[in-house]
Amino acid sequence: MTTVEFRKDLFADERDDTLHEIGKPTIRQDILGHVTGRTPYFDDHLFDGLLHMRAVRSPHHHARIRNIDTSRAAVMPGVRRVVTARDVPVNLNTLLSLINFGRDDEPLCAHDKVRFLGETVAWIIADTERQARDAVAQVRVDYDPLPHVLDVEEALKPGAPLVNEVYPNNTFDYHGKYDHQKLRFGDVNAAFARADHIVEAEYQMSPIEQAPIETCGAIAAPEQNGRYVCHTNTQALFFSLGTTAKLLDMASSRLHFIGGTSGGGFGGKVDSIVEPTAVLGAVLTGRPVRFTWDRYEEMQVGAPRGGERWRIKDGVMADGSIIAREFTGFFDSGAYMRLSPYAIIKAAGHLPGPYSIPNIAANVFCVVTNRTPATAMRGFGITAADFAIECHMDRVSEVTGVDPIALRLKNAYRDGDMKAHRRVAKNTALIECCQVAAGKAGWPLSADLAAMTSLGGGQGDRALIPETATDEEGRIGERRAGRAPDTAPSKRPTGRVAAGQAGQAVVAVPVQNEDMQIEVDRIGHAIAASHGAPVASPAPTYARQAIAPQRTGADIVPPRPAAPPQAAPVAASRAAPPAYAPPSQQAAPSAYAPPPAAPTPPASPQAAPPAEKPYQPDRPFSRGVRKPGTSPFLSGTRRR
Amino acid sequence: MAIHRGRGFACINYPIGMNLGGDPAQALVHSTPDGKFMVALSAIDLGQGMKSVTRQIAAETLGVPVEDVYVDTADSDTGPHDMGSFASRGTHRVGNAVIRASAEARKQMMEAAADELEVNAADLTTDGRGNIHVKGAPSRSITVADTATAAQFKQGRTLSGRGIFLIPPSDADPDTGEMTPVTCFAHAALVIDVIVDDETGEVEVTEINSAYEVGRALNPRLVEQQLIGGAWMGVSHALYETTEPYYPDRSHGPEDFNTYLMPGPGQIVPHHIAVLERPAEDAPFGGKGPGEMCANPVLPAIANAIYNAVGVRCDRLPITPEKVLRGLQANGGARPQGGNNGATQGGSMPQGQR
Amino acid sequence: MAKVPLTFTLNDAEIGVFVVPGSNLLDVLRRGAGDLTPKEGCAQGACGACTVLIDGVPHLSCLTLAEMAEGRRISTTGGLAVGPELHPLQTAFMEGFAAQCGFCTAGMLMSAKALLDQTPNPTRDQVIEAISGNLCRCTGYEPIVDAILTAAAKMQGRTA
Repeated sequence: MTTVEFRKDLFADERDDTLHEIGKPTIRQDILGHVTGRTPYFDDHLFDGLLHMRAVRSPHHHARIRNIDTSRAAVMPGVRRVVTARDVPVNLNTLLSLINFGRDDEPLCAHDKVRFLGETVAWIIADTERQARDAVAQVRVDYDPLPHVLDVEEALKPGAPLVNEVYPNNTFDYHGKYDHQKLRFGDVNAAFARADHIVEAEYQMSPIEQAPIETCGAIAAPEQNGRYVCHTNTQALFFSLGTTAKLLDMASSRLHFIGGTSGGGFGGKVDSIVEPTAVLGAVLTGRPVRFTWDRYEEMQVGAPRGGERWRIKDGVMADGSIIAREFTGFFDSGAYMRLSPYAIIKAAGHLPGPYSIPNIAANVFCVVTNRTPATAMRGFGITAADFAIECHMDRVSEVTGVDPIALRLKNAYRDGDMKAHRRVAKNTALIECCQVAAGKAGWPLSADLAAMTSLGGGQGDRALIPETATDEEGRIGERRAGRAPDTAPSKRPTGRVAAGQAGQAVVAVPVQNEDMQIEVDRIGHAIAASHGAPVASPAPTYARQAIAPQRTGADIVPPRPAAPPQAAPVAASRAAPPAYAPPSQQAAPSAYAPPPAAPTPPASPQAAPPAEKPYQPDRPFSRGVRKPGTSPFLSGTRRR
Repeated sequence: MAIHRGRGFACINYPIGMNLGGDPAQALVHSTPDGKFMVALSAIDLGQGMKSVTRQIAAETLGVPVEDVYVDTADSDTGPHDMGSFASRGTHRVGNAVIRASAEARKQMMEAAADELEVNAADLTTDGRGNIHVKGAPSRSITVADTATAAQFKQGRTLSGRGIFLIPPSDADPDTGEMTPVTCFAHAALVIDVIVDDETGEVEVTEINSAYEVGRALNPRLVEQQLIGGAWMGVSHALYETTEPYYPDRSHGPEDFNTYLMPGPGQIVPHHIAVLERPAEDAPFGGKGPGEMCANPVLPAIANAIYNAVGVRCDRLPITPEKVLRGLQANGGARPQGGNNGATQGGSMPQGQR
Repeated sequence: MAKVPLTFTLNDAEIGVFVVPGSNLLDVLRRGAGDLTPKEGCAQGACGACTVLIDGVPHLSCLTLAEMAEGRRISTTGGLAVGPELHPLQTAFMEGFAAQCGFCTAGMLMSAKALLDQTPNPTRDQVIEAISGNLCRCTGYEPIVDAILTAAAKMQGRTA
């Protein structure tokens, strides 16, 4: 059914394929635990006297809380503690406050009002989960329902209900200046005016649940010395630890978080809600407390991938060249910000997709609505934008009559091209991916398209930053006052940024000391001096006269015969594809080779590589000494 | 009423790592007295293979067999700080931290071995099978195990390393959006074949042909796991999944796996994958994380294939049978688009002949 | 509520526990008998992570009343390996990279074992049918189906 081939022939001169462990199909370190059922997930830690915590949740999208009566719940069988907002020492946080992004806008437990259906208003801690559920049903909350808003564009209107007082315009405030993130490159309006076609459309992605098979959960318990241990399935251990320390006003050194093994995440286990809740329960009861979401909560209360709406307007020439592209994007953040405003910056930097388009403008809004807060999910900030962009490319293809793949190749970004965020593209491979996928599917490409390469970009205007039209529309507060009705990028720019204006690319901090620098001839690919190498090291120069022995994927997965991209011709037929052959020594004059100074030059493929250690997938990895006769599968995670 | 075939294409790039930086990752490496190495992280393995890929990275950097390395993740008392497993940052950020920690431990290992062999550490190399020997003279060697024992009990020296990797935080310009979003990009392109039933509106994906560029496949089977599972999730996102089927209306939201739909084992799609490797300069051994990007191109490719099959533009996800039927109704029936796209059997056929 | 005694066989061990009437078997196995290999994924009988065999027949332990286990023989993934020797299904899942996060694996293995015990030489469709009550969010199912078929072939080869 599925076949996998490794196209070692492509970019072979940028790679050394003779590493020892990298590139091997080594069996997973955790797999023995998985198949024996012994992998310790958070819930696989047993504690005597474990208590169970359940949340009381809002039945309204938006309501003021008049009163919470817990008196009946408190006397229910097995109930140990009723917990409300008053018990949370610092009941306001935003997830990214740990990297100083955004304002604290979200309580762990609602107190004055609820802002989405399912928001926490209290918790019950009881001896059993069933008792906790029964008591939850006895909590009486007196709500005063408020008007709510669920659509991102409705929420931007002047009279829309105010969802979250911390963000009084129902939008995230970008840079203290605008109610959206702008991207401006060139002058889209001038380009639209001279385009042969204008192509416009709107795309919508509804919220999507991460749906890991293991729901979010944590068990917290008092440890010795005034500390608390927390077993958690978080995707971000120190995010969860830091958030807990802040909400509970507790030194982080008093928290001992154990996790690292999660039954699926996909982005849904970053939000750090179950951890502070469970630790709070342990603090208040002095007992081990388990707080975990049931499947309903995971589906409807736990944060999904948020809804996104994208409008795209392209200016296209008759030959399929896209000369201008404009985006208007709306992220539905739900009632609280969490990670959405950050993902929007990621999305803005991603536009206009993998294409070199000389004029780009985008306005991207992070909108607050009375909906379950959104959070990360696989491809966060990118998935819906890519859906919109790639559907739109097919619309442009239809309007211009240019073949869909040909259209993409014609506009594809290449090494050396300037991107809309004002950094030069490098290490690109879109063209080769298109060619290979087309070849595999037998989608015909013309000879000139099949001969294209990502290496050849950056000619002429493609490398330049054009003079850019700017505007100051959408200042914070203008929209709510009715003075910024349009969400799309301005049609009346008021400023110009001179051509060529850009700062420096940010690169990684160099190694702390030279001992931490791996020898350049053991990295397996070329690097520039600016990347990771300590300042003292001379820039490595790669002499490319020698020929390294090339290993193909043959020893890993048998390559499926397929046409190399150059050979994806008009008549490419899957019935009789040209056989894939590994590059011969004669055919690869530019093959990667270690520096000439290397003490063991790869003289000949027969002599140089040592006999390879056979891959032994059936040899389980074992830690420590195995005593004869004992099972290696017994784990020590039971705690009584 | 008929079944219509369609073929769609999409290609994408994907930014690797938390954009705008500011997301450090640390690693600690130390050896046991018998020359096995422990890597302590607080990174999370949520199935993507964090423990496994960092283990291979550590082994490669140290120059020892992978069996002699064990990775422990996520005990906040012992694992040094890391931001977490999201934004495709694990392989890139944590992998680089592990390289640095392992490089420092290797340096000490080579110095300890040099003392034992009475040579200069710069003249030594590893064979990747647990031995350290003089370059060009494999017979003058010492095992990693003996080196570690000597370091521990004779030389009083640790074989350990620290590593941190940080792209410093930066910001986006408010007016132009100028920024350094990330330092490397993965790429993908795929061709998807579907059949659309114009009576029921049902869409079935029949084949995927794809190419994914991942920098370097640090472990080809782990890459394969991501690409196969990711394509499955892409199909699921495109055709089935949402918590709010009538978004922005909140009603009819699924509350369990009986109403939250996903494809099952009976809907496995034949998928022919090509993996391309163009190493990224600042990525560990050039490897970019494939885990997130692999689902992305599937969604638009399916939408494009449906249009090719029946002429209905599906711009709102998920593409449910209801949406396809409404589109067909608005168009007055199916309008197959055809095109010279190499589809083996284009066009339409009566029901029951698929 | 007064607890009641409950005895059953768990992977060849005799278990005696006291349970609250109405408890589900999954809770009793995990917290009462200390076998943590069955997992709770939904507690709604929809994901299959809690699958165990009762007298060889797969059951969703989260929906099974604990009292129904009285005197019965219960098999879990915890009893699949014989000492240090893995069951061929376990080996096939390992070598076939048929797990990522691993949370569904124990339930998947139980459904597969029930199939192979009854149908030693299953078709691909029979394998798909057998695991259709077990959800996996990571793998796309194909490696799992392949691993079960591989294990079946291996077991046949051994006995043949």
